Amino acid sequence: MSHEHDHAVPHASIDVDLSDGPDYFDVMVRALQELLVDKGLIGAGEVRARLEVLDDIAPSRGAALIARAWTDPAFKQRLLADGSAAVEEFGIDNYDGTRLIVIEQTPEVHNLVVCTLCSCYPRPVLGLPPDWYKSRAYRARAVRDPRGLLREFGTAVPTEVAIRVHDSNANMRYLIMPMRPAGSESMTEAELAALITRDSMIGVTTAKLP
Amino acid sequence: MSSRYAVGDRIRISARYAPGHVRTPFYARGATGHIERVLDTFLDPEREAFGVNAGTETQLYRVRLNQSTLWPDYSGEPADVLELEIFEHWLEPAPESSEQENPS
Repeated sequence: MSHEHDHAVPHASIDVDLSDGPDYFDVMVRALQELLVDKGLIGAGEVRARLEVLDDIAPSRGAALIARAWTDPAFKQRLLADGSAAVEEFGIDNYDGTRLIVIEQTPEVHNLVVCTLCSCYPRPVLGLPPDWYKSRAYRARAVRDPRGLLREFGTAVPTEVAIRVHDSNANMRYLIMPMRPAGSESMTEAELAALITRDSMIGVTTAKLP
Repeated sequence: MSSRYAVGDRIRISARYAPGHVRTPFYARGATGHIERVLDTFLDPEREAFGVNAGTETQLYRVRLNQSTLWPDYSGEPADVLELEIFEHWLEPAPESSEQENPS
């Protein structure tokens, strides 16, 4: 689990990593890494290789997963019942050992994911989170004013649809299954996957229309 | 390990302010809601942060709060809710009538 730490000087609300030079924690992380390498506990190449693995995971992995659920009702049931097990069944390496809950958008409830404490995110399925997901503005407003925030993302949720915000504040991770749009009935699984964007799996927007 | 609370139980999130690696967000402390689901047990992060893991398995719950009771000036709809994960030692029983709750 990676958790951000409190910084001595707060950043502006949306500036996550725009400070001048390394801060206290940057220095501590670098010092720890150098010590581990010097003592031969890890190799320098292992750190680089790990970063490469993390960067290689793209939201298209989650899109393929949701497209399968849209076209295979039995798989969808398994995915909603036990996200971690179904993701492994689909062939995704749950490398960080976190537990996944998959939540289905419905005509009655619009779901939205945030991590108010740091940047917890379903990384094995979606890769690294977007910068705005880690910003203080998103983290505060997703819980405080979700309808206003969604409007700023271009997503107008009708008043008769309830908003359910999911704070990913501890051990579970959350993946949103967007609603399959009308007009997509004859599309193949691969074509459907192209409608499922990263942001629709965070819940800040809906799936694209065919 | 048997869990103290069951789905639907009315609970209050403790309003404590202990320092350390606490996963209970400040905005939710003192809030009243109900248990949405009982999750697994996990290492208590408050002790895990200091390298203490043995015997610290703690029950985690998913708690549902009404947005309009969480934020007195909430500008959304009455049916809007928020869910978050709270460890058992941060929960207290709450009386049934302490909050108007929307059926899920």
